[in-house]
Formats: sequence, structure tokens, C-alpha cells
Amino acid sequence: MLASSELSLQQQRARSAFWFLAPMLIMLFCVAAWPLLRSIYFSFTDTSLTDLYGGQWVGFDNYLSYRELSSGRILWRGTLADPAWWNAVWNTVRFAFVSVSIEAILGVLVALLLNAEFKGRSIVRAAILIPWAIPTIVSAKMWAWMLNDQFGIINDLFLTLGLIDHKVAWTANIDTAMISVLVVDIWKTTPFMALLCLAGLQMVPKDIYEAAKVDGVHPIKVFFKITLPLIRPTLMVAIIFRMLDALRIFDLVYVLTPNSKATKTMSVISRENLIEFDKFAYGSAQSSLLFAIIAIFVALYIWLGKLDLNGEKN
Amino acid sequence: MIKKLKLGALTALVSVAMSTAVLADNIHYVAGVTGNALETFKNIVKPWEKETGHTVTFVPMPASTTDQFGQYRLWLAAGNADIDLYQTDVIWAPQLSEQFIDLSEVAKDLAPKHFKAIIESQTVNGKLVALPLFTDAPALYYRKDLLAKYNVDVPKTWEELTVAAKTVQDAERAAGNADLWGFVFQANAYEGLTCNALEWVKSFGGGQIVEPDGSISINNKKAIAAIELVKTWVGTIAPEGVLAYQEEEARGVWQTGNAVFMRNWPYAYGLGNSDDSVVKGKFGVVPLPTGGGNANSAATLGGWNVAVSKYSKKQDAAISLALYLAGPVAQKERALIASNLPTIVSLYDDADIAAQQPIIPRWKDVFLQAVPRPSAPTKAKYNEVSSKFWSAVHSSLSGDGSTAENFEILALDLEDLKGSGW
Repeated sequence: MLASSELSLQQQRARSAFWFLAPMLIMLFCVAAWPLLRSIYFSFTDTSLTDLYGGQWVGFDNYLSYRELSSGRILWRGTLADPAWWNAVWNTVRFAFVSVSIEAILGVLVALLLNAEFKGRSIVRAAILIPWAIPTIVSAKMWAWMLNDQFGIINDLFLTLGLIDHKVAWTANIDTAMISVLVVDIWKTTPFMALLCLAGLQMVPKDIYEAAKVDGVHPIKVFFKITLPLIRPTLMVAIIFRMLDALRIFDLVYVLTPNSKATKTMSVISRENLIEFDKFAYGSAQSSLLFAIIAIFVALYIWLGKLDLNGEKN
Repeated sequence: MIKKLKLGALTALVSVAMSTAVLADNIHYVAGVTGNALETFKNIVKPWEKETGHTVTFVPMPASTTDQFGQYRLWLAAGNADIDLYQTDVIWAPQLSEQFIDLSEVAKDLAPKHFKAIIESQTVNGKLVALPLFTDAPALYYRKDLLAKYNVDVPKTWEELTVAAKTVQDAERAAGNADLWGFVFQANAYEGLTCNALEWVKSFGGGQIVEPDGSISINNKKAIAAIELVKTWVGTIAPEGVLAYQEEEARGVWQTGNAVFMRNWPYAYGLGNSDDSVVKGKFGVVPLPTGGGNANSAATLGGWNVAVSKYSKKQDAAISLALYLAGPVAQKERALIASNLPTIVSLYDDADIAAQQPIIPRWKDVFLQAVPRPSAPTKAKYNEVSSKFWSAVHSSLSGDGSTAENFEILALDLEDLKGSGW
């Protein structure tokens, strides 16, 4: 008797919890799950933007298909056989790894600096966040003007300092386009990393440092043996966030170097197919692959991170 | 009781307001904005608003045609009823023809007054998708003073231009004008490079990428020779940065007096003669040169048109505005205040236009050489064709592979894209 009433209480709780959660779940389904499922569905059809509801099911043709020519040669088609797509994947992954690594290192350095006691610390803390607060589209346009080969301030500065001997078209030149995008992204998102790392640093108890000081441990050793392991969980979360962001980068590339083979990312190329090239289904297939790639990266990262954490516990 | 009376009065008011709304529509017109396009537009539609009692709301968009196209595509795909009229680029008609209404019936008196080629470019399978507002064709700008100083003739071929630019550039630099360049044009990887490169290829007699019958002609010796000549310009008579130039960057170099020749659209004429321009009164305009022993030059046809959305709920008013904007009164006004080139043939002999904008009648020669981009034969795939073409040309000019090889690959890619038909 007692047990059954307890159970019903629990059931009651579960039921009310469900009702409290329901609006949120419905909302999430509408804004996240439904569009996602729909674009995955589109990727298996031949839908075009002119006729969104008239698509026919074509199976995996947008991903990979082959035809045998009369000469016996086999012709591969689809995103997975498209060199432009793999070029975009390579660009994105390269961009994500380089930018996130540099941002993580710079972020930790800046956070250490901001964690130190000095006059005007709060002003510096606020000031360093400015690049992060500017909308990407605005900062990208601003940098595009600064990097301009005609009237850009960067060329003028470097020429005056004697670092270059002629004006460089930074965003147009295939060799420097990716570097330009990286520089702007690092400039923009290092403050975000620094802020998260700073939050981690402030949670480290002061007495550990005092103990290390009393024992006369070298500051560099203190950083690697105490600070870094203690802020690692925070750093890992920050890196996941940044990685997700970096893998779907669109706005910066679209404004700075929209048509350069050297910087076209997965998002840029799928938008191009979705809207400009009238290949809506093909673009949907690329978006679905982008989603899958990001999911794999995050899963891998969490898995690898957990393994290490276990090792520490042992 | 009083409450009821009030309610009744309110209903009456609302119904009055609604009935006037039905009589006087508010038309939404969307277009990209460059320079003072918004002011120009407001001046042009004022007489129409007065005459019909309707009003027009202008919805401004970014200047880049690619950005506009993306947005319009989405709006039209979603069946957006908020926008009644779209200002469309000359190359869009085949790609958006499904979403606009057929104007051939309502414009059957107006259409024959326009240049035939322009009306044809806006006709898809017998459906008149959009009415022309104004047109564009580029020309060769040259510095009269510099050519006279070194006794150089205005070049008629690209080869002559190469020599002339080099001569003047070397002499001027020796005289201390270190920033001077021979020739500026648009070679950034974007639609504008398709326009420029089409002119080079066509003026060498190398066809027009995809011919009107749909066959792919780009991989030929004349086309390759044209691009190879242009390649020799980059870094010699043109700055290396030209590979990142669009129209405004080229005009920037030109208008500060740092270029002998420039390829650009008519808008640069008025701006080049403005009071703050270094080159004011010092330059002339001629049709673009020819090359490779070919007799005819080529100028890529540009221009803007107005189309009525099939999702518009105020189509009668929208059609009336479209006909007005494409008609002789509005086109003349536009020519006078914005130096936009009319598409109505008779306006080129108009005395007022000849007096106030002497450049416009002279542009008629340029039009005789106009060549359309292959948007008609390639239909919905035009954007991809254009993107592949400008990428191949940009790679060749920046030294990424030889032109012969790039064009061979391009031809194969285009064959793949074409499949069994465009």
C-alpha cells in the first residue's frame, strides 16, 4: 500500500516534470530537429529552390553515384566524389585546427596576465573583450578595408616599416588569403578563450600557489603541474565551443574572400550550391555531411578527453 | 449603449480606412543600392504616384548582385507576398522565370520600342519575364592628355594597347610619376571577371564560352591566346593587385590619375568628370579594342530590369508601375539625372539627353558590339557556368596552371555540368 502510493507520487512527479519540459521540447523540435531532419530528407531527393515540394526520391545520388560509360569507364558523381567539396573540407579542418590551437595558447596567456594583480585591471579586462563584442560581419568588413591593397592601413604600415617592398593584395593572393582569414579570426575570438580561461583560473585555490611558493617551485613548473591541470576542464569546454564554431565558419570567409579556392569552407560551398547554383538537394547533402563531420569531431574529442581524465584519476 | 456607438464608429472608420487602402495600394519595390540610387528612384516614381494615387516603398539591398540574388531566391522560394516588384540583373531571367508573371501581353506596345536584343535576353520560352529599366555596356577609358603628350594613338587592338600602355607608363615613371600604371580592369574572382574575360575571348574571335545553341566553345586557340596576352599584363602594365579589383578599385586607381587606360561601365564617366576628380576633362571613351587579328570588338551586356512577382497581391498596380518605369518618360528622367543608359532606341536621338548627357548618344556605338553572357542557353546553370569560367581565368592569370590546361579542364567540367542538355 505504502509502496504503491510512493510510486504514484513518483509517477506524478515525472508527469508534471514532463509537462514543464514539454514547451521547451516542442520548441527545440521546431527550431532544431525539424529543420535538420528536413534538410537531411532533401539531400535524398532532387528538390530545387524553385519547387520546394516537388522533389523526387533519388536515394544516395547526391552523395555518391556512378555511371558506366559506353567505353567501359566508370564515372563517379556526387558530393563524395567532388574535388571542390574535399578542398572545402580540407580548408575548414585546417582552419579549425590552426585557429583553435593558436587561440587556446593566446587565450591562456592573456588569462594569466589578466589574473595577475595590477592597476587598472578591470579596465583592461573590459577592453580586451571588445573584439569579441563586435559583430563578425562588422569586424570582417573592417579588416577587409584594412587589408585592402590600395588604401589599406596594413600595407601602408608594413611599407613604412620596410617589411614589404610592394603593396600586397592580402585577401586576393592565394598564398595569403588563408593567413588573412586566420589572423582576423584569432584577433576576434582570443578574448572569448581568455575569458573562459580566466573563469577557470579564478577557481584555482590560492593556497596551492602559496604552498608551491614556500617549497620554492619554479614558476614554469607551477604552471604546468598546478595551473594547467586545474583549468583543464574549463579549457576543454572552451575548445569544444570554439571547435564547433570554427568548423561551421561562414561569415568571415564570405565577407573577406568569398570566391577564393584557398579559403572556401564547407558552409560557404554548401550555401553556394543551395542558393546560387540551383542545386538545392546537392547543397543539402553537403550540409548534412557538415553536420555529420562536426558530430564526429565532437564525439571524438569528448571520448579522447574522458580517457585522459580517467588516467588522471588512476 | 454608448459603448456600442463607439464600437460602431470605430468599425466604420476601419472600413473606410480599408476601402481607401484597396483603392490606393502601397507597392514594395526591392533593388540594390549603389551611389544615390535611392534618391534617383524617388524622383522618378513621383509622377506615377501623383497620377495613380498609389505609393511606393523602396526596399534597399546591398550593391553586390550575388547577395541580392541569394536573398531574392529565398524570398521567391518561400512565396513572399510582401515584395511586389524586383529589380533584376540582365542574367537572372532564365533562373527566376518561374517566379515572375508574363509581361508580354501587357507590354506588347512598349516592348518593340526597346532594343531587340535586350527584350530577347528577358524572354524565356516566349515569356517576357522582366522589362528593361536601363542598360550597361563597358568601354575603354583613356587619358587624352597623356596620349597626346607622348604622341600615342588611341589603341584599336589589345596588342596596340599593350604597347601604348607600356610606352606611356615607362616614360611617365622615368619622369617621376612612380605610381602610374598602364591599364586597370576587373580581375577579382567574381561575376565581373566573367564579363571582362568574355570580352577578351570574344574580341579575339574565340566565341562566347557557351554558344547560343548550347555547345561549349571555350577550349579553342583564340580564347587561349586572349587570356595568355592578358596574363602578360599582370605585374607589367597592370598592378598585381588587379587580381583583386572589382569596378570600384579600378576606378579608384583611375580617378586618382594613376592609370592610362581603364575598362569600366558608363557610371565611371559621370564620376570621373565630377569636381573632386583628378582626371576631370582629361579623358575620353572609345569602344573596347579587338585582338588577334579579329575585326570586331566586344562589350559584355549588363543592365537592370523590373519584374512582377507572381506572389504579389497587388499585381495591377505593380504592373502599372513596371510599365511606367520601363517607359520613355521614366527612362529619360533616369538618363538625365543618373546618366543611366536608356533601353528605348529613340531616346538616343533625344535633344535634351544629347545636351545634358552627351556621352549617352555616343554609347550607341558601344552597343552595336554588345555580347550577352551565356545566361540564355545555360538557363538555371548559368551561375555555376560563370563561376567555373571566372575560376579558370583567375587561376590562369595568377599563374596556377597554364591557360591551355585550365581551359581544357573547364571544357570537360562544363560538359559534365551540361549532361544531356542545359
